[in-house]
Amino acid sequence: MTEIKRKKLDSATVISIVIVLALYVAVFVAEQFIPATSMLFTVIKKGATYALVAVSMNLLNGFTGIFSLGQAGFMLIGAYVYGIFTIPVISRMDVYQYYNGGLVQFTLPVFVAMLLSGLAAAFLALLIGLPVLRLKSDYLAIATLGFAEIIRALFQWDKLGPITNGSNMLRLFPNFNDFNIRNADGQVVVYLSTLVPLLIAGVCIFVIILLINSTYGRALRAIKDDEIAAEAMGIRLASHKRLAFCISSFFAGVGGAMLAMYQTTVQAKSFTTAMTYEILLIVVIGGIGSVTGSCLSSFLFVACSEWWLRFLDQKQVIGDFEVPLLRNGFRLVVFSIIIMIVVLFFRQGIMGRKELPDLIRQLQGKKVKGGASK
Amino acid sequence: MSMLKVKDLKVNYGGIEALKGISFDVEQGQIVTLIGANGAGKSTTLRAISGLVKTASGAINFLGRDIIPFNAQQVVAEGIALVPEGRRVFDNLTVMENLKIGAYLRTDREEIEAGIEDIFQRFPRLKEREWQLAGTLSGGEQQMLAVGRAMMARPKLMMMDEPSLGLAPLVVRDIFSIIRDLKSEGITILLIEQNANAALRCADQAYVLETGRITMSGTGEALLADQRVRDAYLGSTAR
Repeated sequence: MTEIKRKKLDSATVISIVIVLALYVAVFVAEQFIPATSMLFTVIKKGATYALVAVSMNLLNGFTGIFSLGQAGFMLIGAYVYGIFTIPVISRMDVYQYYNGGLVQFTLPVFVAMLLSGLAAAFLALLIGLPVLRLKSDYLAIATLGFAEIIRALFQWDKLGPITNGSNMLRLFPNFNDFNIRNADGQVVVYLSTLVPLLIAGVCIFVIILLINSTYGRALRAIKDDEIAAEAMGIRLASHKRLAFCISSFFAGVGGAMLAMYQTTVQAKSFTTAMTYEILLIVVIGGIGSVTGSCLSSFLFVACSEWWLRFLDQKQVIGDFEVPLLRNGFRLVVFSIIIMIVVLFFRQGIMGRKELPDLIRQLQGKKVKGGASK
Repeated sequence: MSMLKVKDLKVNYGGIEALKGISFDVEQGQIVTLIGANGAGKSTTLRAISGLVKTASGAINFLGRDIIPFNAQQVVAEGIALVPEGRRVFDNLTVMENLKIGAYLRTDREEIEAGIEDIFQRFPRLKEREWQLAGTLSGGEQQMLAVGRAMMARPKLMMMDEPSLGLAPLVVRDIFSIIRDLKSEGITILLIEQNANAALRCADQAYVLETGRITMSGTGEALLADQRVRDAYLGSTAR
């Protein structure tokens, strides 16, 4: 970390930071004036959640070269830990109605619970990493995928009901709307329900960026390029991979807690493989190895799937003409086509391996890291 | 003084004996070369010393310490650096980052900076390409980077696996002059080569490796003059 401080921040980096801060201010202002029911805020909240998880997946897949598909499993852990420890004690009888109020009879503060979500996911990653990280590429992907499925089944198991509420959903825990500041009459004075999740995701992603640019992150990228050469340089493969896996899972766990807040309910059966694929899709579209790309594409992806492409699922009539093909599910067809186009023609994704400062440097006409080739 | 002593080293891959008990010494401050055909076990020898493959039996002694039980990291920390076969620079890291990875086990930041400056002085072409990704460099430049990266570990012994492989003849000459420079700076070098002619010319001591055994040894000049070596590795017309 000291190394980063010593490096002079060049103008492109400063401009990037200013842009990000300006976006935060814009969101804050917009939130005060645009009705809270606007789709815009839904997209930002879910987008921020997905951005965090996508960046955490990118840390593994894009920077360390560990092809893990366990993201949904770690998110599930995070979401459940958050839900279990934040449901107010008075509501527990309602939520755990079949389990006599459940076993846990205390409530943790929201941010403590979020931290715990991350830690729980990281701890589990440590355990399953011991056997799984010995595997390579496809085998590792299959093993982590299987792990996520097992977790999903386990959390629905009736015997664990007093803790997980079995296959029933967890609800009534604090969600994003509780970040709004209200006056004594319960009226909202300052809207923060969109800004806070964006801030949480922002801080987490910033930590990941620092990590990637540290000596440690450089070692991870070296491992991705050439394991044997990295080992010959004195980098310990096993411990580096394990740590990367745990850190990625930590942030996936925090992302899971955010998803719980976004959805206001948690149910194990919604954390399917399809969720992992959505995240993987975001990473691929954004550019494997680009944090900026993952963030951009997660907001784009969420905006398309929740908002802009919704019309594809309904019958549309223009004048007397009824547009053919549009019906429930057609959105997914369009999505699949977009993915195929990306994979066939834009294999680098939106950003390739570039970050926001690289783009600004390009605009400034300076030499960009790596140049145009490759 | 013998810096590295390898005694009766055996390495198996599955059921195949890649090294059938080889012994050789590397004297401090010398260039020692192992020559031999494909599959003779040259690379395996280096990998065994680096701790990248497990040995079946035998001893490897470096500066008086038995390094057989050491893993790759400990071997680097002891002062043995490897310039791997086929260069193996990190394609998606910049030249600068590659050099910093070479110093991965070092913690003396100021001296690392000085070391990088030193390498840039030695290889000005790398300085020009400081921010370029290593994958975009030419073969010769990549080899320079691989050597520079190994030097960043401040090794006492540098092991080079086929540094001339796949390079143009002019570039090969550059590489061998770099090797001589390193020796004059006091770095001991263990060199593995198929290009026996060039390797023997700069070697103080040389060993011929054939299917897992050492069949001949002597000074570089002696082997260069040896009729059997000339026939097998140099072609009879070599002068």
